[in-house]
Amino acid sequence: MQLEKIPAILERYGMVFLEGLGGTLWFSLISVAFAVFFGTILAVMRLSRVKLFEGFVDVYLWIIRGTPILLQLYFFWLGLPRLLHMELSNETCIVAALIINASAYVCEVIRAGIQAVDSGQTEAAKSLGMSDFNAMTRIILPQAIKNILPALGNEFIVMVKQTSLASVFFVHELMTAQKTVQSATFQPMPSLIIAGLIYLAVTTVLTFCLRFFERRLHKSERSIV
Amino acid sequence: MSEASSNARRELIRVENLSKNFGKLRVLQEISESIREGEVVSIIGPSGSGKSTFLRCLNLLEKPSSGRVIFEDVDLSGKHVNVDKHRQKIGMVFQLFNVFPHLTVRQNITLAPTLEKKLPKDEANRRAEELLARVGLLDKRDEYPDRLSGGQKQRLAIVRALAMDPDVILFDEPTSALDPEMVGEVLDVIKALAQTGMTIVIVTHEMGFAREVSDRVLFMDEGRIAEQGSPEDIFKNAQNPRTVEFLSKVL
Repeated sequence: MQLEKIPAILERYGMVFLEGLGGTLWFSLISVAFAVFFGTILAVMRLSRVKLFEGFVDVYLWIIRGTPILLQLYFFWLGLPRLLHMELSNETCIVAALIINASAYVCEVIRAGIQAVDSGQTEAAKSLGMSDFNAMTRIILPQAIKNILPALGNEFIVMVKQTSLASVFFVHELMTAQKTVQSATFQPMPSLIIAGLIYLAVTTVLTFCLRFFERRLHKSERSIV
Repeated sequence: MSEASSNARRELIRVENLSKNFGKLRVLQEISESIREGEVVSIIGPSGSGKSTFLRCLNLLEKPSSGRVIFEDVDLSGKHVNVDKHRQKIGMVFQLFNVFPHLTVRQNITLAPTLEKKLPKDEANRRAEELLARVGLLDKRDEYPDRLSGGQKQRLAIVRALAMDPDVILFDEPTSALDPEMVGEVLDVIKALAQTGMTIVIVTHEMGFAREVSDRVLFMDEGRIAEQGSPEDIFKNAQNPRTVEFLSKVL
């Protein structure tokens, strides 16, 4: 498997892998960040008891969760420039698709987190005459965050792996870097193994951080905000 | 309070032909009733008789299936009514306290007045401390609710409602979730509140309390107010056989 070539390849192409990793982390972070924004809006719409909003979110979730992400990436890569009638970089199309995709999953995470807050809390807020907005932002969300944050961390870890699909479109991330090195060296296995080890290292570190964080959340019964 | 003087008082809440269904289950059936200013009204009855649902309809936490709830001459069940605004005048205390666990004792009290009534922060704090002193919780003002006993949480919930300056407070079985030794401290607070002239509607299983502090007792059975009258009428002189049967079980 030419494993003995790994050190030499690392020495020569280390920067390529590192830059790839940078791209992977950047895409994951930006996707999850926007997904948190849109996912929150979607979750609130889903819980609004307004039929039109509920229906919209249901259809959205149905499509996004019922089709493969690779298909969605192709769809946006081909469709988004046509839809908007402008030139878009591969990166833009792929990030847009990742955000749209992650928003669906984050929406469910946030919805579950909100619903896990005791309904008595909403009732108490409403009985004091608080508006729906204030009840949501001052009472429910601060308590829901405790349920939501760990799941969001998971979503980020999933995203780190999912961005690898972007290599199909030669978007700058770790899996694409791996391909580049592969074709430069004509050695498929070493660069695959290097990329795999980097993914493992990143997900392992993230998982540890998440566990540590969760334990701290559990320790304090109060909200962290 | 005599019949004559209670009639002279302003009508605070009027309920007209109020019905509530949960699916096919008819929980409330065509109830019409009034609550007058300064009245202390206890609602008693077997479980499942609709007491809590009736109470929760008074501030529209439960939406009536039909009929009207009129609070201070405004039909709350009407369209285009800002229920939130009117709820500020209708306090509610719950069986399970529902204090806000992520806020300190003081913040529990000041949040709604500063947000919804734009009360300045320092004034809200001053008022909160005044209220906390009244119920013996002043030294807990910077604690979080997880450090409070059940009785203390319920006392906090009561002053949280009071901080909005309501015209009436609804109590939904306020002592049912408490350890027996804490029931007294909460009932004492409600009693003191009644003596200040606050209008109170309370769903309760504490018959001794209902008898002692109420101006009027409503006995509910199968979604209707089956009988009502002064505590004397109900507890000594009940006419309806269902009331007699219920009281014989609980007294």
